Amino acid sequence: MLEALVQLGVPLFLLALGYVAGSLAEQSHYKSIRVRELRFRRMATTNLRRPPVHWRIESVGLVAGSTVVSVDYFKRFLAQLRGLVGGRVRAYESLLDRARREAVLRMKEEAAKAGYDAVINVRLEASNLASPLRNDRGTAGVEILAFGTALKLAR
Amino acid sequence: MILSNTEDVPGRAIREFYGVVTGSTVRSKHFGKDLLAGLKNFVGGELKGYTELLHEARQEAITRMIEQAKALGANAVVNVRFATSSVAQGAAELFAYGTAVRVD
Repeated sequence: MLEALVQLGVPLFLLALGYVAGSLAEQSHYKSIRVRELRFRRMATTNLRRPPVHWRIESVGLVAGSTVVSVDYFKRFLAQLRGLVGGRVRAYESLLDRARREAVLRMKEEAAKAGYDAVINVRLEASNLASPLRNDRGTAGVEILAFGTALKLAR
Repeated sequence: MILSNTEDVPGRAIREFYGVVTGSTVRSKHFGKDLLAGLKNFVGGELKGYTELLHEARQEAITRMIEQAKALGANAVVNVRFATSSVAQGAAELFAYGTAVRVD
């Protein structure tokens, strides 16, 4: 009886923990992303390979931002359910969206700190980190890297 | 040393090419950090330990690439790219490469 309770209770507890902590963290993260995106709105960021011809460039440097994220227990459960019927896995979409925007923001923060005005040729990359805990089942996380060439413009 | 991921250094002309320079480092995850990340896996969100680890490793790879470029007499590395590959369970190679050049 007790054994059955534990067997059922632990996954349920983890689901609840994942759901509560996961959605709280997501909400506050989105809030912080929106605030910072507004703050850096004026820094020109583009994936064009060349700057506009009229820009007078003073100095050049490489900037990068990255983040490693992982899904919570609840979302993983949702995704597994979704896997039975296939289709859109919304639970993972928001995670990757957050991670990409965070990586771009960190790149912009690095550029601003170094005194640059714009970032061109922005590239976004994602790589899976294999989990050492789960015999490669699932992943420990995904790393999102954003990088580009930062420019300081002559006034 | 000027770094860029564009084909040239914007605003400057390339005078000489010194070929491809590379820098890499293989890192293994710290056991304590790994345990924390394992726990964090239930809650989701950012795994700060891993973010830091990979950031440091990438800086190291860039530093090595720059050293190689310096040894060749270059003053810039253009078209810099990054690559990550899993060598074994729990270890990752961070790799940076680009073309060493001399610009005005």
